[in-house]
Amino acid sequence: MKYLDEYRDGDVARRYADAIRNVTTQPWTIMEICGGQTHSILRFGIDELLPPEIQLVHGPGCPVCVTPIGQIDHAIAIARTAGCVLCSFGDMLRVPGSETDLLHARAEGADVRAVYSPLDAVKIAESEPEKRVVFFAVGFETTAPANALAVRTAAMKGLRNFSALVAHVRVPPAIEAILSSPGNRVQGFLAAGHVCAIMGTSEYGPLAERFRTPMVITGFEPADLLQGILMCVQQLEDGRYEVENPYARAVRPEGNTRAIELMDEVFEVSDRDWRGLGTIPQSGLALREAYAGYDASKLFDLPETTARDNADCHAAEVLQGRLEPCDCPQFGKRCTPENPLGAPMVSTEGACAAYYRYRAKDLTPLLR
Amino acid sequence: MMNLSCPVPIAAAEYVQLAHGGAGLVAQRLLDSVFRPILGNPQLDLRHDSATLQVDAGRLAYTTDAFVVHPWRFPGGNIGSLAVHGTVNDLAMSGARPMGISLAFIIEEGFPVADLREIVAAIKVAVDEASVQVLAADTKVVERGKADGIYISASGIGEVISPLPILPGSVREGDAILLSGDLGRHGTAVMTARDGLEVEPPIDSDSASIHRPVLAMLEAGIEVHCLRDITRGGLATVLNEIAADGGIGVHIDESKALVREDVAAVCELLGLDPLYVACEGRFIAFVPADQTERALGVMRAHEVSCDSVLLGNVRGGAQRVTMRGRIGVDRVLDLLSGDQLPRIC
Repeated sequence: MKYLDEYRDGDVARRYADAIRNVTTQPWTIMEICGGQTHSILRFGIDELLPPEIQLVHGPGCPVCVTPIGQIDHAIAIARTAGCVLCSFGDMLRVPGSETDLLHARAEGADVRAVYSPLDAVKIAESEPEKRVVFFAVGFETTAPANALAVRTAAMKGLRNFSALVAHVRVPPAIEAILSSPGNRVQGFLAAGHVCAIMGTSEYGPLAERFRTPMVITGFEPADLLQGILMCVQQLEDGRYEVENPYARAVRPEGNTRAIELMDEVFEVSDRDWRGLGTIPQSGLALREAYAGYDASKLFDLPETTARDNADCHAAEVLQGRLEPCDCPQFGKRCTPENPLGAPMVSTEGACAAYYRYRAKDLTPLLR
Repeated sequence: MMNLSCPVPIAAAEYVQLAHGGAGLVAQRLLDSVFRPILGNPQLDLRHDSATLQVDAGRLAYTTDAFVVHPWRFPGGNIGSLAVHGTVNDLAMSGARPMGISLAFIIEEGFPVADLREIVAAIKVAVDEASVQVLAADTKVVERGKADGIYISASGIGEVISPLPILPGSVREGDAILLSGDLGRHGTAVMTARDGLEVEPPIDSDSASIHRPVLAMLEAGIEVHCLRDITRGGLATVLNEIAADGGIGVHIDESKALVREDVAAVCELLGLDPLYVACEGRFIAFVPADQTERALGVMRAHEVSCDSVLLGNVRGGAQRVTMRGRIGVDRVLDLLSGDQLPRIC
């Protein structure tokens, strides 16, 4: 396929892998920030093409994985409210809250609907005016513009039965938190191509400078990832720490200015809890006061949640790149995709699920 | 004032009513106006409680399946053609020549009669194409809200012509694994129809009867060890099932698994892996390695399997499926823990 096949070409991949081997003289630890990149690395086996000196660790860039348990409990509470429809991207439905997940809530009678676009939820609100329709707005900067558009569209149409339960997160503060943490071992970052397609590259320069850490804006196909790794290793070997953008076919330095304007109109930066990581200042987005009438967290009487992650789950260390999923004592034993202890084992983009699905070579994965 | 006039039955109902599933004249009218004119054959025309079949002493294959696809109409077919194809294909996977099928319709009150006629017409085309008869049929109507438009339960019976048992347990180390065509079309066709995703031109389901290439292989004397149609869960799931049931290791080459460009694009967009997306007109065949070329020749001579390829082979060792990926790295191809859910970003 055009724009796909050429980036999945075996010869191209091998040439990049050879180039990485040629420039590498010492061990380096590189984090890919985005869950989509993690998934791609494991699906295509990119890490197996790398020299042993290069270690990839997997970042917290899976929106499903970092949505705090309390937010999921809130979504379930809304779904269970009579006359309410909770709309969500499909990924979120299986993520466990403190007691259950949205799929089980639906089986028990809650009106939970998977949608492909937040605008679909607005359409449901229009066509079912007797229902209160809530969209579970999760995701990084990639999904924020569409979610902002949905809220603004509902406001322009004067729909009073639509609202959004917002749990948006931002990438740069998470990178800052990881690089500031005492146990950090990440020396270079593959920044998330899709996030930068929206936000541009300007947020990463100060981080690269302050932490003396190279940041390479990287795509999701094998050739993109290998090119990103090559450029990152080259910088590390040269002692450079710059922002480089080999993913220029999708990312402009200024980003998508119309999308950014839309996000700014509807959302403001706020502190946000991350599952496994705790509260990170300025790391989330919340609806602005002007859109308070569309903020489900204000419209619904939601219980204060004190829910905590499962104490046996090491997701926090995994999400910060301190623990390889398969080195977790629960991996593949008490924690499997059928019976997950934590979100990274649930989402298709979660690091633990990706390892389980693609690397469980010694687990006799046949389940029957 | 009392109304003493008799209720006059509507001559030609536009919508299926509860009474259509009963035993009275109204029910007869639906059978006479929709089912009998289209599906009528000597067996059905007897209007008896069961069909009878003349069989030579031998082995019979018997299968049953329920069809609840939503929406009932999708690009490339509908629930009626799907019920016929699914049943015929299940028989073929036992190395059987399909002889006849039975169909039970569960219809929701209010279902448009014109739509029902469209479904029955598709059944007629599919059974004629497959050269099978509808031996028995039944219709029930349930109250509005008790079903999703229409469900069809189908059973089929066939005569086994394979001399060897076609089972995962018959698969041998070294066997070649043949794949009969491109992947993922039925699943993407239904998903795009269900969710109103506008794909131009639409992706047609691959729904089709696949018994002819199977019977041709058997008639050509090819030692078919196992067959499986690639339905729910896609190629990856059926390979895992056979590996587990047959106690074998399976290794395939991803670059041989053809996925059409438009299907790949929709899957990419939705975050689905085509290796796990359903087909309804594709199968895999396990044959001795030295019969690969002959088997492929037979398969490719039929339109429904003209893109057949050698996908991989059977290995000893651990019971699992491994795959050489697009960039040359091997990995496990595991079962999914649940249905694929569209991802967030």
